Amino acid sequence: MTAGILFTVAARDLKLARRRRIEALLPVVFFVVAASLYPFGVGPELQMLREIASGIVWVCALLAAMLSLNTLYVSDYADGSLEQMVLSRESLVLIAAGKALAHWVLTGLPLILASPLIGLFFGMASGTIAVMTLTLLLGTPVLSLLGSVGAALTLGLRSGGVLILLLVLPLCIPVLIFGAGAVTAFDAGLSAQGHLSLLGALLLVSGLGAPWATAAALRISIAS
Amino acid sequence: MRFFTFAAPSRFYALSGVLIPWFWLATVCLTVLGLYLGFFVAPTDATQGEAYRIIFIHVPAAWMSMVLYLVMAGWAVVGWAFKARLASMVARAIAPTGAMFTFLALWTGAFWGKPTWGAWWVWDARLTSELILLFLYLGYIALTESIDDDRRADSAGALVALVGAINVPIIYFSVRWWNTLHQGASVSIAAAPKMAETMLTAMLVMTFACWAYAFAVVFMRTRAIVLEREAHTDWVKALREDVP
Amino acid sequence: MNWGSANDFFAMGGYGLYVWGSYAVALALMVLEPGLVSLRHRRARRHPDDQDAQE
Repeated sequence: MTAGILFTVAARDLKLARRRRIEALLPVVFFVVAASLYPFGVGPELQMLREIASGIVWVCALLAAMLSLNTLYVSDYADGSLEQMVLSRESLVLIAAGKALAHWVLTGLPLILASPLIGLFFGMASGTIAVMTLTLLLGTPVLSLLGSVGAALTLGLRSGGVLILLLVLPLCIPVLIFGAGAVTAFDAGLSAQGHLSLLGALLLVSGLGAPWATAAALRISIAS
Repeated sequence: MRFFTFAAPSRFYALSGVLIPWFWLATVCLTVLGLYLGFFVAPTDATQGEAYRIIFIHVPAAWMSMVLYLVMAGWAVVGWAFKARLASMVARAIAPTGAMFTFLALWTGAFWGKPTWGAWWVWDARLTSELILLFLYLGYIALTESIDDDRRADSAGALVALVGAINVPIIYFSVRWWNTLHQGASVSIAAAPKMAETMLTAMLVMTFACWAYAFAVVFMRTRAIVLEREAHTDWVKALREDVP
Repeated sequence: MNWGSANDFFAMGGYGLYVWGSYAVALALMVLEPGLVSLRHRRARRHPDDQDAQE
């Protein structure tokens, strides 16, 4: 069994997204706008902003990643291709992994690319910005993976969007803690290695477990 | 309790109807005993004064909130794996009670924190984990209640509860780490005094009281769920005829 | 016995608000919850066909 189906599914999603470029950009725009709101709330003093920057960037990244989740399986469900995927002889786990990969490329990657801008807004040092980008690189895939479980579970439900948030956000708290913690530690002159290792571990665990859970969730949601 | 996994809902309905009053009796007796021990036998604490007596409800509530989550997840997974309807119904019935205990643990934790540490809320590792546990309960309830198809709701709930249960150690570990990093780690509400034996006994008795309460209420709720779901069966219809 | 008088008992060494605030809410919840469940049960008995029966 090859992993080919994973990349086929991911490529298909990316191709479909190219037709809806504006929609694909919404999460990253939200990310920038939301993060930019904080100075208006807490004041423009750079010293203070720098202290809270890592937390703000991470929370906004979290919310932005969640925003685009409820459409992850909706169009496939609507046009019947999801049912095809479930019934096909291909591994549903690999298909789920492929969809999560596509979601990360479309949502996570832009966030990573936009994050230095936010770092600038908050007066972060360039080394710190680099560490922050690295934490996002490790952490945003986890958000996509965990989020896809939520998206599969809430398929077709009216309150799907908010429900995904409620279900998935608590599970993302460890990623948030270690992601933001790494940046804070580095900024304070300490080593971020422990945090980054833990982020890597979370990525590994969710990479192995989440597609399985997503596949199970898809079968549950479609069975009815 | 394995007996109930495959039992017919009607059997459960009959049996639980007999047991519930006894659970209530146990609840009342144990509560009276526990509170008596806690307030009239256990001595005053040297550091915290009388405020510490909140632990006799705070700690049992916290324990119940955690145990009930695991029990709920367990029955939900059993129901999902073996297609045992009654197991799934019990899981659904446990959730609100578990959430109640979690809320109570947070409330009493705050009321204990204020006189001891000066603040209504502190981001103590244990309280923070309780808060996240509340979110997990609310997520389970929100998901299962928003799915109309019972079988899908039960199975989806089982997956959510399972994922939650697996994540609880990860979340707890990361919260504890986070807590020690950001503060002087000295703020810990349940840095309880050295427990006099009477204090420990009172706490244990109160825990059993909460257990008995949980059995009573969860069984009551399960019976309601059984009636709701089995409405089309003859035995439920016959029951309806008995109602004035 | 720990308490000199009933007043001492209610005062709880000055912490009365906190101790009784905790136990009062606990009692309220543990009366409210079975009450609501009981209502749900009774409703289910009378109208078991009602699909939206919730607590």
